[in-house]
Amino acid sequence: MNIRNEVTFSTIRPRDGLKAALEKSRTEVVDDILRSGLKGRGGAGFPTGIKWKLAAEEKADEKYIICNADEGEPGTFKDRVIFSEWADLVFEGMTIAGYAVGAKTGIIYLRGEYGYLRQALEDKLAARHQEGLLGDKIMGKEGVSFDIHIHMGCGAYVCGEESALIESLEGKRGEARNRPPFPVAKGLFGKPTVVNNVETLAWVAAIFALGPDWFKHVGTEKSSGYKLLSISGDVAKPGVYEFPMGTKISAILKTAGADRPKAAVVGGASGILVPAKDFKRAICFEDVSTGGSVIVLSEDRDFLDILENFQEFFADESCGQCTICRLGNVKLLEGIRLLKEGRCTTKHLQKLCTLGAAMQAASKCGLGQASPNMFLSVLQHFKGEVLGRPQAEDHFANKRKAS
Amino acid sequence: MNKETTTKVDATKMIDIVIDDRKISVPSGTMLLDAARQNGFHIPTLCYHEDLSRAGGCRLCIVEIEGQRALTASCAYPITQPIKVKTTSRRVREARKTTLELLLSEHCGDCYSCVRNGNCELQSLAKEHGLAKLPFGHPTEKAFALDTLSPSIVRDMDKCVDCGRCVRTCKELQGIGVFETVGRGNRKGISTFQNKPMAEVGCINCGQCVNRCPTGALTEKDSTEDVWAAINDPTKHVVIQTAPAPRAAVGEEFGLDPGNAMTWELNTALRQIGFDKVFDTNFTADLTILEEGTELILRLYKNLVEKDTSQPLPQFTSCCPGWVKFFEHVHPEMLAHVSSAKSPQQMFGALIKTWYAQLNDIDPESIVSVSLMPCSAKKFECNRPEMRDSGLKDVDFVLTTRECAKMIREAGIHLPSLPKSDFDDPFGTATGSGVIFGNTGGVMEAALRSVLEFVTGLKVEDIFENANILPVRGMEGCRFAEVKVPEKVGPVPPMIAHLVPNWEWLAGQTLRVGIAHGTKNARKILDDVADGGFFSTCHFIEVMACPGGCIGGGGQPIPTSPAIRQARADAIYKEDLAYGSKGSVRKSHENPAVLRIYKDFLTEGPCGPKSHELLHTSYWPRGKFIGSW
Repeated sequence: MNIRNEVTFSTIRPRDGLKAALEKSRTEVVDDILRSGLKGRGGAGFPTGIKWKLAAEEKADEKYIICNADEGEPGTFKDRVIFSEWADLVFEGMTIAGYAVGAKTGIIYLRGEYGYLRQALEDKLAARHQEGLLGDKIMGKEGVSFDIHIHMGCGAYVCGEESALIESLEGKRGEARNRPPFPVAKGLFGKPTVVNNVETLAWVAAIFALGPDWFKHVGTEKSSGYKLLSISGDVAKPGVYEFPMGTKISAILKTAGADRPKAAVVGGASGILVPAKDFKRAICFEDVSTGGSVIVLSEDRDFLDILENFQEFFADESCGQCTICRLGNVKLLEGIRLLKEGRCTTKHLQKLCTLGAAMQAASKCGLGQASPNMFLSVLQHFKGEVLGRPQAEDHFANKRKAS
Repeated sequence: MNKETTTKVDATKMIDIVIDDRKISVPSGTMLLDAARQNGFHIPTLCYHEDLSRAGGCRLCIVEIEGQRALTASCAYPITQPIKVKTTSRRVREARKTTLELLLSEHCGDCYSCVRNGNCELQSLAKEHGLAKLPFGHPTEKAFALDTLSPSIVRDMDKCVDCGRCVRTCKELQGIGVFETVGRGNRKGISTFQNKPMAEVGCINCGQCVNRCPTGALTEKDSTEDVWAAINDPTKHVVIQTAPAPRAAVGEEFGLDPGNAMTWELNTALRQIGFDKVFDTNFTADLTILEEGTELILRLYKNLVEKDTSQPLPQFTSCCPGWVKFFEHVHPEMLAHVSSAKSPQQMFGALIKTWYAQLNDIDPESIVSVSLMPCSAKKFECNRPEMRDSGLKDVDFVLTTRECAKMIREAGIHLPSLPKSDFDDPFGTATGSGVIFGNTGGVMEAALRSVLEFVTGLKVEDIFENANILPVRGMEGCRFAEVKVPEKVGPVPPMIAHLVPNWEWLAGQTLRVGIAHGTKNARKILDDVADGGFFSTCHFIEVMACPGGCIGGGGQPIPTSPAIRQARADAIYKEDLAYGSKGSVRKSHENPAVLRIYKDFLTEGPCGPKSHELLHTSYWPRGKFIGSW
């Protein structure tokens, strides 16, 4: 709780950012975001300014701003905290985005499991209407109108992928689209659409409140600003933390009180596995990129348990439209179970690695492309630990007992 | 799927790309797969089908585009900038092979006992990619129950590869949506409403899904065993009627290019495998024209002169059983619009077991009446309970083009090398008008040829060159045409003289006709008529449930594509013209066998009491009721 006062968002007064943005022209707003170096906080790290610019250049009778609040990546919970504590910043970010690209409608695609937040958010939106911060003539400025609706997700992980999210909003099955065209050109109902993560939009409000240069000067050259991290696993103080981009993993683990870590899963189930020897690596787009999840694994953890858990998740959450993800994740899960039982032949293990590489290369969307990451990382860094399982199982049982 | 995300092709802007080190130039917006194929590159596909939107789901058409991290599905990648593409790299090959191994790990079925053996896309892909071992296994036990309840379509989900072509076919082409993708992850599958059998959902049995299924997951209900049993029974008199569309396409089953009609060779083959008589369905196509055309004239007279709207306009055709069931489901309140004339198949069935039996002194009970149709819905139609006007089941079995080819092959016959032979009497050789029933617009053209001659007393050749009524032809989904009746009308022909006093009321009028093929287009017209829109001002509307009409029917050889259907359609028009050059007739009302039956048997003329007993039917207001019947 005391961390709350130390993070940037607590220092931003609502309205400041919006006011500053509306005093500028639309192109200046886009230019400011470009200058700030803000990149998507959902994990992919696409430059927000370029996304806005592309959408702003599209000619259409209608455009949409979508706030991706389908925070489904295992181990990520920072967006929930942002919505609980600083929802106004997100609304402001959306309003600014709408102003910049010429959209009048904003939609928050809220994760189904976050339904309990909805009423509070609706109340805040209503209050903003009352205050003239939403609706027509925002802050008294002629011709600036914007409205925000909340749409509930239904618990499908793949709907966090922007094109699947758009399909879901259109009332269809949540399945990734073929790209190009990208949502900025043809998104929701075929109209230019900007999909930004909750945190990205909150930073937009902060950037206009404190200035793009303030943001640009934090972090590394290619990764400006701060990043919220959801830290969980074998740590003394799990929670949401704010770090400047470029912070070393070792520093992060120390702050959170990691317990004898042997590896950290950065970026959730579809992220990467960073072994202890690589803890000097930094969290930023040019090194270890993450949407916000850091799961710490102590020496007592069995990688095959972790892998099985993640793989069950993917086998269940694949939307199933592309063959290699739908069936590949099942075969990987079966393979992990064979490894656990000590019945996976070397040849089959090789085949599983080929499968993993094929999934990374040939899956249609990020879900399938990222789903074998953890399996391949574990084999890369900890192969010895997952082979010859019957003995290893005893080893871990004893170890757990001892600790 | 993702229809709104397609990119327009801009032919004015050419883009230079490099595929496997070869430079080619394509219009901007061309899909990469199309560009590659047009230039002779082979890229395998599975979920792709020319008639459907591009799902990009099977991941077999993946290629490597330089500068992109992941591989790209070429079927759905529009070329808008210069790119360098590799179609044969190691990553591409391994990913394709792995995908196929995964697909086979779920595909349960013995190739040699599968109806698609030798014509299965999965089998071809497995061969093409040299799958030797299957590292992820191959199931030997079935996980799903076979759905055989439908009279037309059998569904074997053990062979389904989740390509989604049936889903897209039913939704995009047919506008129905019998199939839907359900579940997620490893439970994802293709299902019907509440996973009910095909017989108990709103399926119209058109079989378009069968035509587009890459494997044997969807097939027609096989009747060949029943037909063989009848042929093998010496006490049975087995006759077969053949429709024009299968004759135009059956050659494809024997390796011929689409567009080579095998009408006369087929007669020889069918006699050789044991049918006692081979008849031409076109006889009753001509009869349909007289019955349905007379009904139209009566409707026009009642509506325009007597102001009696009990049988409203426009009149819809009724010769397509898929369309009839679609109508019964979608607009049951408008059934009075549908012509009460039976389809040619069912008219034939009723006449074989009555007139033909009498003429030849054959016990109708001993007759087994088979029909060769391009259509799976005909199997449903012949089983409709009202189709027993001869006192027996009018048509006993329907064979699709594919099943017929299977029987001919089984008998060891190579169809294209057979000598030609004619149809059997008393139904004889029919007319060109009957032949074109196989094409979209064909029923309309045939009807107009007869109606125009009836009304004007002129030769239709004097109104339309070569009697080709081009305005109603084409492959547009919904078409509209106007045909002006000349100011000078002729006398009413004796055959229908008792029905209308004269033609003065039609003189100078404009006949407005509509045509639709594919039930998605049919729905547009039907809804428009229901709403009192543009098409409600039509007098006559022809609908065929399948794209292209019967030549694109659900029982036709697989594969199908716009080009294949066009080739078959051309073959049909060619055959129509040939009737003229042989000195035979091209108009239904000139068919001597038809004139004979009205003289000898249906003595009260078209739409008379006997016709109504045998050649007309009624419909069921099914609405949303779905059940076995």
